[in-house]
Amino acid sequence: MTQAPPAVGNAPSRDILEKIFRMTFAIRQFEAEGIKLYRQGLIRGYFHPYLGQEGIAAGACAALRKGDYIASTHRGHGHCIAWGAEISKMMAELLQKRTGYCRGYGGSMHIADVTTGNLGANGIVGAGTPLGVGAALASQVRGSDAVTVTFSTDGGSNNGTFMEALNLAAIWNLNFILLIENNQYAVSTTIEESTRATDLYKRGEALGVESHKVDGNNPLAVYDRVKDAAEKCRTGKGPILIEAKTYRHMGHHVNDPGKYMPAEKLAYYKGRDPVDAARKSLSDMSDATDAEIKAIEASVIKEIADAIEFAVNSDEIKVEEFRQFADVY
Amino acid sequence: MSGKEMMYRDALREAIDEEMERNREVFIIGEGIAERGGSYKVTEGLLAKYGKLRVRDTPISEASMIGAGVGAAIAGGRPIVEILYIDFSMLGMDQIVNQAAKFRLMTGGHGRVPFVMRTQGGTGGGVAAQHSQSLEALFYHIPGLKVVMPSAPADAKGLLKYALRQDDPVMFLEHKHLYMTKGMVPNGEHIVEFGRGDIKRAGKDVTVIAWSNMIPRTLQAAQELEAEGISIEVIDPRTLVPLDLPMILTSVAKTNRVLIVQEAVRRGGVASDIASLIQEHAFYDLDAPIGIVAGLNIPVPFNLELEKASVPQLDDIKAAVRKIVAH
Repeated sequence: MTQAPPAVGNAPSRDILEKIFRMTFAIRQFEAEGIKLYRQGLIRGYFHPYLGQEGIAAGACAALRKGDYIASTHRGHGHCIAWGAEISKMMAELLQKRTGYCRGYGGSMHIADVTTGNLGANGIVGAGTPLGVGAALASQVRGSDAVTVTFSTDGGSNNGTFMEALNLAAIWNLNFILLIENNQYAVSTTIEESTRATDLYKRGEALGVESHKVDGNNPLAVYDRVKDAAEKCRTGKGPILIEAKTYRHMGHHVNDPGKYMPAEKLAYYKGRDPVDAARKSLSDMSDATDAEIKAIEASVIKEIADAIEFAVNSDEIKVEEFRQFADVY
Repeated sequence: MSGKEMMYRDALREAIDEEMERNREVFIIGEGIAERGGSYKVTEGLLAKYGKLRVRDTPISEASMIGAGVGAAIAGGRPIVEILYIDFSMLGMDQIVNQAAKFRLMTGGHGRVPFVMRTQGGTGGGVAAQHSQSLEALFYHIPGLKVVMPSAPADAKGLLKYALRQDDPVMFLEHKHLYMTKGMVPNGEHIVEFGRGDIKRAGKDVTVIAWSNMIPRTLQAAQELEAEGISIEVIDPRTLVPLDLPMILTSVAKTNRVLIVQEAVRRGGVASDIASLIQEHAFYDLDAPIGIVAGLNIPVPFNLELEKASVPQLDDIKAAVRKIVAH
């Protein structure tokens, strides 16, 4: 149960570096534009920004493959985007439109796409852990080597199902990766107030589960760690627990000013920005030129602008549709 | 139709066996269900036939067993999660109520949860307050769950087979006193769709609606009251959600008198809701107030005499019928 970097071998290909950068940048842009729409009153309900944590979703999803599963959290936009979701359908969902992923029935906390193995965001903190174990269980029963990653949180790690579900995954050797995004706050309660043992990855060791911690603000480190874990799972060595330490760039949700977040600490983490890190990796470790990187950024900015236009111009849901649907219940 | 007599538990096992044979996605997890064959012997022999990938024991982790079942179902599996006592399913309420029941709507309809939770409830034999509850009303209250409560072996088999072929979360609620009761089960493929009640006994004076272990008791009451010249029609909805309201209303239109019998406590119960539906839809058919015989609003006591006093007994049902007839 070391903390040493995994021996994955060669540096990632340009494709991977580009994908990771594109995803971190897309998440950053999506959240920034989403917050604007929220402040304009176009997005209602809850909006939990993933700002500052982009490297975890981008790194982890780039290490997985088609046919795998992810389960997400209430702070789930990033996982969705990194998993390859259609931005326009995400934006339409946030705007309560019938063209959204969930036809406007789910919203920010419930975007799912079972056709691509995205088991969904979740409004109940910690609930994705047993759900992810279930997907891994179904995969094992059908003889598939698919891997399931549950993105959980430091807050979710203090829910009873954290230990229960990880233990089930362990006794059954499931292809399951529990990735704790430790952003150090459960809403506003600090990790130090929540547990005496703040190195959450150590909890896995108590269950006989290979456990690691990784710098959550370093997208490539996350990628390497998850890639290694996924390979181990596929050769029968799962489950694996990974704790990725990180920090939010703002409060719990858009309307939380986050006054409890010390300025120095925030500045420290903002200085270790995952989007910048992904951009630098792409620039340093591949032959991508500055112009090419700018072009990626421009295409993401356009994609999100188009998504907003699509969402704004989409039809509203008709109440009759709801009644029709409600009859099923 | 030809058939054979079998016990409720054997009918359940036959349903699981046939569906596991038919669909490789069907699997079952639970406490002591593999080698031991389950506390009520429902899963006996399945481990030997299907192996430990598809028949597996779990630690005592109800919330995560249920959650894993829900997750497996979302991912296309056909899990059966056996929870020893319905009382223990309370540990998994987040996964049942907030996950399983809501996923279909939250995803705008594209996500389905073909998850079956089998468990058992009810009083019997002095197992006291935490092992004797009838909690169907909790699940009945939650939109998105199907609630199934078979009273007879044939229904148990047919409904469980149907549960494993449809796509919504099912609370399959058995009764600890029914496992060793016997009944005829049709040979061959026997499937009972949800939402179709069964007239367990035809009659003309009073409609008595009951389910689960209250059915045998009500049938006995009906037989005894026949000697008093009272003809009772016994309706078993078999599934509380969806509820076969048309069958109930048709019967009420004929008898004009209704009694509803439930083992669960009276307050906030399914009987009260069925009564409200009848008065809403068939008020002018009624010649007497709708009667309800239900459990007392208390936790079930251990003492066997008190336990009996806490839930409807034969004499309670008979007395209630006589009162309605005399009205």
